[in-house]
Amino acid sequence: MSKFKINRRTLLKGSAALGVGLATPTIFSSKAWAAGYTNEPKGSTVTFGFNVPQTGAYADEGADELRAYELAVEHINGGGDGGMLNTFSSKELKGNGINGKKVVFVTGDTQTKSDAARASAKRMIEKDGAIMITGGSSSGVAIAVQGLCQDAGVIFMAGLTHSNDTTGKDKRANGFRHFFNTEMTGAALGPVLKNAFGADRTAYHLTADYTWGWSQEGSIKKYTEQIGWKTAAAVRTPLGAGDFSQYITPVLNSGADVLVLNHYGRDMVNSLTQAVQFGLRDKQVNGKDFAIVVPLYSRLMAQGAGENVKGIFGSTNWHWSLQDEGSKAFVKSFGQKYGFPPSQAAHTTYCQALLYADACQRAGTFMPSGVGAALEGFKFDGLGNGPTEYRAEDHQCFKDVLVVKGKENPTSKYDVLEVVEVTPRSQVEYPASLLGGELGPYNNGSA
Amino acid sequence: MDAIFLQVLNGLDKGGAYALIALGLTLIFGTLGVVNFAHGALFMLGAFVAVAFKSILSLEQVTIDPTRMTAWGTPMEIRQPFVEVWFGDLGATVLEYSVPFAILAAIPTMLFIGLVMERGLIQFFYKRPHADQILVTFGLAIVVQEIIKSIFGANPIPQPAPEIAKGMIDFGVALGFDAGNVVYPAWRLIYFLFSLSVIAVVFAFLQFTTFGMVVRAGMADRETVGLLGIDIDRRFTIVFGIAALVAGLAGLMYTPILSPDYHMGMDFLVLSFVVVVVGGMGSLSGAVLAGFLLGILQSFASMNEVKAIFPGIDQIIIYLIAVVVLLVRPRGLMGRKGVMEH
Repeated sequence: MSKFKINRRTLLKGSAALGVGLATPTIFSSKAWAAGYTNEPKGSTVTFGFNVPQTGAYADEGADELRAYELAVEHINGGGDGGMLNTFSSKELKGNGINGKKVVFVTGDTQTKSDAARASAKRMIEKDGAIMITGGSSSGVAIAVQGLCQDAGVIFMAGLTHSNDTTGKDKRANGFRHFFNTEMTGAALGPVLKNAFGADRTAYHLTADYTWGWSQEGSIKKYTEQIGWKTAAAVRTPLGAGDFSQYITPVLNSGADVLVLNHYGRDMVNSLTQAVQFGLRDKQVNGKDFAIVVPLYSRLMAQGAGENVKGIFGSTNWHWSLQDEGSKAFVKSFGQKYGFPPSQAAHTTYCQALLYADACQRAGTFMPSGVGAALEGFKFDGLGNGPTEYRAEDHQCFKDVLVVKGKENPTSKYDVLEVVEVTPRSQVEYPASLLGGELGPYNNGSA
Repeated sequence: MDAIFLQVLNGLDKGGAYALIALGLTLIFGTLGVVNFAHGALFMLGAFVAVAFKSILSLEQVTIDPTRMTAWGTPMEIRQPFVEVWFGDLGATVLEYSVPFAILAAIPTMLFIGLVMERGLIQFFYKRPHADQILVTFGLAIVVQEIIKSIFGANPIPQPAPEIAKGMIDFGVALGFDAGNVVYPAWRLIYFLFSLSVIAVVFAFLQFTTFGMVVRAGMADRETVGLLGIDIDRRFTIVFGIAALVAGLAGLMYTPILSPDYHMGMDFLVLSFVVVVVGGMGSLSGAVLAGFLLGILQSFASMNEVKAIFPGIDQIIIYLIAVVVLLVRPRGLMGRKGVMEH
């Protein structure tokens, strides 16, 4: 007669066998093994996640992005006057939603902080079932959220992000950017600056001490030195310094005759205002008129600097005064709904929402790999920037770049910039390998 | 040499702002024993008095011009401020001088805000630990910030100085340098002189009036003054109002230098606390001295020659000085014995 004896080893073996037995039915029926993807829409609606700064220094830009997104959703669902859907070269969207589903949306607040932006994106993906995340007004945030979307298996349509890294060393297969970058700004501004100020110039850079600032400084130095300019100094300034006077006064006696302000937002408003207060715009150095350059302009921010922007060169992704049919249609829809013209942040986010919707419709699915394949190499027109291509190699849009100047005689508070040149796309294009990084494979996530 | 002189000038206007905020902080701490983290918000509110004042002056008469259309297809609106419509050139001049004129509005507004803040909230925290005071005043600062943002938006709002003060003052020839080498914006110099005047008025008020004498006595020994039958609490409430006014005026006059936005107070608050600690908790003259000292040192640390030797020194100089001062003189430059040591 054998004795039934339980020892530790037998107990462990028994527990493991029992565990496998109990789990078996769930493993085979689990959604993890089904051929789905993250947040695959099953009902009559599909949810977009708009992740924009609703608080913090870029809240006004975020509010404009949100207005544009609401307008885009209205147009995709067949409401309003259709806006740029009427001028968009792709005619797949019929005003009845996407793939037969109405678009609804949820919003999150990035606060222009990477951790807060990731948390709000995560909430929209996990709790609200967002199929796609879009928006933002900072490169640091865009890169952080892009990484999260890659891991979660949803598409990220970047908002206003200008650093090379977003579609350079930090690019991801699930991420797509319509906005331009510092490399394109440099390539567009270089020749214009040469025409305006000549080849014998010495530049002094003040640079915001973070990713975007370094990227911008590098690009402008590269392209201005190519046209023969010298660089007297490149000084890093702390983000949000407020008073830049101690950085501006050394410029006075440095021998430089151009000041390049690699600042954005509040820093740009303050450093530009103070540079003008120190008389730099009216100064004469080396027998030449002193010049100030603000490589990345934002109309919303330029309003903050008031009359100090007059005559100062920079670049922008889009401007409401453009006279192509797409821009006119967008300005009309937006202006009639909200009573003022859209910013470049509103334009790029509106385009991103439309481009995503169109890609889903063409692909016949919302699966990231399918949508991504439809966006890769997609050539389109009618969205305000002329013929544009979503380059397959780095998911970066290539289009004309606007070189602008602060307007001397503005007719309204929105009319602060004038377009001085539309730099053709061919001039700002660069090989995908230039900025490094790897897209990697698409992540469709799991249902 | 000219570069050094320029950085001294730079430090003076910044130091003026630090000194004014630190002066108010020290007044409140010395009288009420409250660590007021909402003081930066008062600086910001002062700046927004200028913004609100200009907004009211800029209220516009809107007429529709049916012959011209906007880019979005609606008839063009022609806007002109009422003050210009009604008073012509005089109205335009008042608009141009809106920043200095706003001082008239700021005096009652900031005093009122200070009194309401003290009676409505701060007075309930006198006997609570400093940590509670910091939490509640910091929370208040955030609430005030958000209110301002919801009304005025998040973007900086430019407040230009009057045309006459927009120019530069050239010290070059007067100091033996080349013309144009030592130039300084007129408004910054005005700000420096303004901060000196406000400091002088506050000191004179405390030194030469009976009210000031009672307040100083209360700062030294609150209980004894109370035992003499003097209502010291009421006087301290007024001191809070005065501190709020000083911070508000500092913010208001700073608007042509730094376009105000809802966050500007926080930027100054932390630095001002360092100024108070370096100057010595409770010491008014220490706060003023440390304000100017740190402003000037911060400017020097930003010089390329200095940064070449110590990269990034401009971002930490104030804290570095604070560490050194506190190691050498633990009560700060002019701190008194017994303050915050119980």
